[in-house]
Amino acid sequence: MRQLKRVVPAIVAAFCLTAGVVTAGTLDDVKAKGFVQAGVNGDLFGFGKPDAKGVWKGLDVDTARAVAIAIFGDSQKVKFTPLTAKTRFTALQSGEIDVLTRNATQTLSRDTALGLDFAQVNYYDGQGFLIPKKLGVKSAKELDGASVCVLPGTTTELNVADFFRFNNMKMNPVVIENTAELSKAFFAGRCDCMTSDASQLAGIRAVSPNPGDYMILPEIISKEPLAPAVRHGDNQWKDIVNYSVLALIDAEELGITSKNVDEMLKSKNPKIQRFLGVIPGNGKALGLDEKWAYNIIKQIGNYGEVFERNIGVNTPLGIERGLNALWTNGGLMYSPPFK
Amino acid sequence: MDTTSPEKIPFLRDPAKLAILYQILTVVGVGLLCYYLVHNTLANLERQSISTGFGFIEKEASFEIGESVIKYSAADSYGRALMVGFFNTLIVSFIGILLTVILGTFLGIARLSSNWLLAKISAIYIEIFQDIPILLQLFFWYAFFYEILPSPRAALNPMSGMFLCNRGLIFGIPVWHDAFKYAAIALILGCVIIFFMKKWAAKRQAATGMIFPVFRVSLAIIIGLPVITWFLAGAPTEMSIPKLSGFNFKGGLTISPEFTALLLGLVLYTAAFVAEVVRAGIQSVSKGQKEAAMSIGLKQGHVLNLVVLPQALRVIVPPLTSQLLNLTKNSSLAVAIGYPDFVSVAGTTINQTGQAIEGVALIMMVYLIFSLSTSAYMNWYNKKIALVER
Amino acid sequence: MEETITSKTTVEIRPPVTNIGVIGWMRANLFNGWFNSILTLAMLYLCWQTIPTFIDWAFINANWVTTSDQCKASDGACWSVVTSNIRFILFGFYPHDLQWRPLLAVVILVGLLIYSQNRNHWKKSLGYIWMTGLFVMGLLLKGGLFGLESVESNNWGGLPLTLLLSVFGLTAAYPVGIILALGRQTKMPIIKSFCVVYIELIRGVPLISLLFMSSVVFPLFLPEGMTVNKILRAQVAIILFTAAYIAEVVRGGLQGINRGQYEAAESLGLSYFQTMRLIILPQALKIVIPPSVSILISAFKDTSLVVIIALYDLLKTTQTTLTDPKWMGFSAEAYIFVALIYFVCCFFMSNYSRRLEKELDTGL
Repeated sequence: MRQLKRVVPAIVAAFCLTAGVVTAGTLDDVKAKGFVQAGVNGDLFGFGKPDAKGVWKGLDVDTARAVAIAIFGDSQKVKFTPLTAKTRFTALQSGEIDVLTRNATQTLSRDTALGLDFAQVNYYDGQGFLIPKKLGVKSAKELDGASVCVLPGTTTELNVADFFRFNNMKMNPVVIENTAELSKAFFAGRCDCMTSDASQLAGIRAVSPNPGDYMILPEIISKEPLAPAVRHGDNQWKDIVNYSVLALIDAEELGITSKNVDEMLKSKNPKIQRFLGVIPGNGKALGLDEKWAYNIIKQIGNYGEVFERNIGVNTPLGIERGLNALWTNGGLMYSPPFK
Repeated sequence: MDTTSPEKIPFLRDPAKLAILYQILTVVGVGLLCYYLVHNTLANLERQSISTGFGFIEKEASFEIGESVIKYSAADSYGRALMVGFFNTLIVSFIGILLTVILGTFLGIARLSSNWLLAKISAIYIEIFQDIPILLQLFFWYAFFYEILPSPRAALNPMSGMFLCNRGLIFGIPVWHDAFKYAAIALILGCVIIFFMKKWAAKRQAATGMIFPVFRVSLAIIIGLPVITWFLAGAPTEMSIPKLSGFNFKGGLTISPEFTALLLGLVLYTAAFVAEVVRAGIQSVSKGQKEAAMSIGLKQGHVLNLVVLPQALRVIVPPLTSQLLNLTKNSSLAVAIGYPDFVSVAGTTINQTGQAIEGVALIMMVYLIFSLSTSAYMNWYNKKIALVER
Repeated sequence: MEETITSKTTVEIRPPVTNIGVIGWMRANLFNGWFNSILTLAMLYLCWQTIPTFIDWAFINANWVTTSDQCKASDGACWSVVTSNIRFILFGFYPHDLQWRPLLAVVILVGLLIYSQNRNHWKKSLGYIWMTGLFVMGLLLKGGLFGLESVESNNWGGLPLTLLLSVFGLTAAYPVGIILALGRQTKMPIIKSFCVVYIELIRGVPLISLLFMSSVVFPLFLPEGMTVNKILRAQVAIILFTAAYIAEVVRGGLQGINRGQYEAAESLGLSYFQTMRLIILPQALKIVIPPSVSILISAFKDTSLVVIIALYDLLKTTQTTLTDPKWMGFSAEAYIFVALIYFVCCFFMSNYSRRLEKELDTGL
């Protein structure tokens, strides 16, 4: 027994090495530990999921990488924590993660009551329905009496209940906590339709055994602006996250891509010069290296590249830009000037 | 506090004083810890402006629940949603306990059977099902249900009025009629009659030595009385037959795959433990008791009923109750396969309201009520047994 | 039923040679009486119906190392879902090139368990061996020393995580459990009531509520900015839970000690702690070794619940594999494989506990 008593403190001590104490601003902490800890989905193809080799891929993952590059100039200086819908906000609040890039919808109550701050939206989404084609349903209004697969603890769970109630229809919810398990149940036919953000549905459809057998119904029943979230009250950190996302958007607007970014350094356009740090100022204002935006674009590309690489029309997800096109192309992606 | 004994015992050697010191230290330690945690919590709640208290219970839940025995819609309150979850937990535990006791007893007896094959098969069953985590078994059965069974449109139809598909087991039930109410009253009445009959039979046996066939008569009363009542009330036979309309079956009774998988997992797992309990109980009755009973000419059934069971039960009941309590606690794993039990509904509530502390406290309270009432029952039972023993 | 008795007696009278013959054995064990005969036949029919089909599915027609498409085309079991993903199932997100480290850690642990199985090895040195072993295990998983690359605990997963949570859980819970048991036995009313309340509270609620607490409520208990790693939080929940059960087992052991032992110790002038450490606990703990193994078994099984709070233990990595569209629909095979791992471990341990019980019984 005595040996045991000696072992236990050693074990606890060993474990405690992994428990850290965050005191100063998030930026200082991140710089001190040498990496950004990002909360991601883990199960969602196209947004946040490791591939077969364990390399994290997706739009949300790249957003987190952009933050890491802005600070360290290195896309590898980020670590990912897979989180469920239930644990995501607690993880952020408790300081377990520094930034939450896990397709979280910005809502008033989350922004206020949960003590979060949302940065620039990185994907404008809306809730839809995924349904097997063989059911022959053409509209969500025909779903009376259907079994609906839905993730618990999401805004979608509430929206779909509202939608059915408002349209005087009955629904039969099937709730399983894990995206992957839920979609497995859906593909096996446990439910008639699945509801979630349309982008998620596209991701789920893309990884289905036969994507051609499923379709997304035309109705979009809610607004779901998905944005990275940070803890409330750390303005410098929020600015960094915010402008890391905006840099992706602005670069696309300015026509800077990962391929031409080096040539663009020679550009005479003052907007581009300011953006890439040729004319210094932006970096200092944010407390970052002047090359921060250059590094982001050089390493992961602009928003268009990130979008097309992870979820665009040439990927299994095949999502059109739609609302997520630049404002100049009829979308909502709009960046304030970088000056 | 002040010792008046002539020889002063040094403070650190006096067990009585030390005891007080230790207790004060403990109270202070626990008190400080509690203060620290509560202080932190309040500070955190304040900082994150999370609301506290149970006010949310009356707010509109606005999420749907898959199955419910009481009327519920998304427009109802969180309180009602939690009630739905509570009843779902009760139902699955109650049916689970019934089936577990039956299967477990059967397996326990089979394990001791003189039939080699039967004994071996039940021994293998017990070993396998005890050694695999219950959660894994639940996942297995749930996957089995939705991966193997067909969709509603291709539902299996093993007998008329009954369908089996990945939406569950659907079968016809009689349409509600007052006759069923009367039959239910007759059933309760029958139970009361049996209760008094048993007392009377025991008295008569004690006085005259004659044995009254209580079991057979009880069976007749329990089945006969409701059936006669139903017949007298007009013998309604109208059935609500499930029919495929739209996406799912309408009419009849649907038992969802989640419920079935949960029930199956809980019963198969717990029955293996109950079987061991039953076996130990039967083995605890010494062979001499059986032989003595047989030698005074008791019939096989009476040997079991009058000699072996009363003694075996005394050994069986305490561990059996704890196993059945385990079943109730394990029913909380429903959350993993999507059956809306109390924990699952409370989890959703936590997530929608952000009030984690209240939600977890509710969960713990409900299970504590279950286990405290069970241990109250156990104390009562032990006292009763002790009385019988004299 | 009377025939049962007569047939038994006739068998007993027979000379042993016919008694051990195949027919004699079958008559005694399978066909003694009409009821048993019917039962035997019914069960043989059942076995004949199921076992060949199962063997066909699981072995003869099975696909061992194929692609998922070949699997889908075949009728047999698709063990390829396991063989193709074995590394992920066993080690989760642990860096691919470094997976020899968790493997070695598991081997060390199994070796330690097998070594300590022998009662001749139960000496003081065993404690040091375990201490070194656990330290090496931790080092192998975590790295960061002696030129080993450091690996975040977020990336730990699969079998090592399952073993870690259960073995460390039990090791750390044991001292806590002993203290609680002693507290419950003392005559100090306040300490006693604290312990009773704790034990009954924890034993009354399901583990999952504690895990919920560790994942959702616990962060609120900490001062601002302080965080505790997710695995550690789950580990603490498991320790707190297991400790309550250990306390009850140890209490059983303490109650099994003769009052005379306490009195003898007191009359020697030993203090409470000396009495406990030198006289009572060594005896009590010996009695409770077999039930402690049962607790280890249930702790081992219970760690699978961390799936619900999204830790990548053995069960979760399996589930993740199954959500890969290529391998969707082969749940049965993958779950059977994991069940087999759990079964082998638990079977080994429960057999050991039974044997130990017998060995220790003769000593008393």
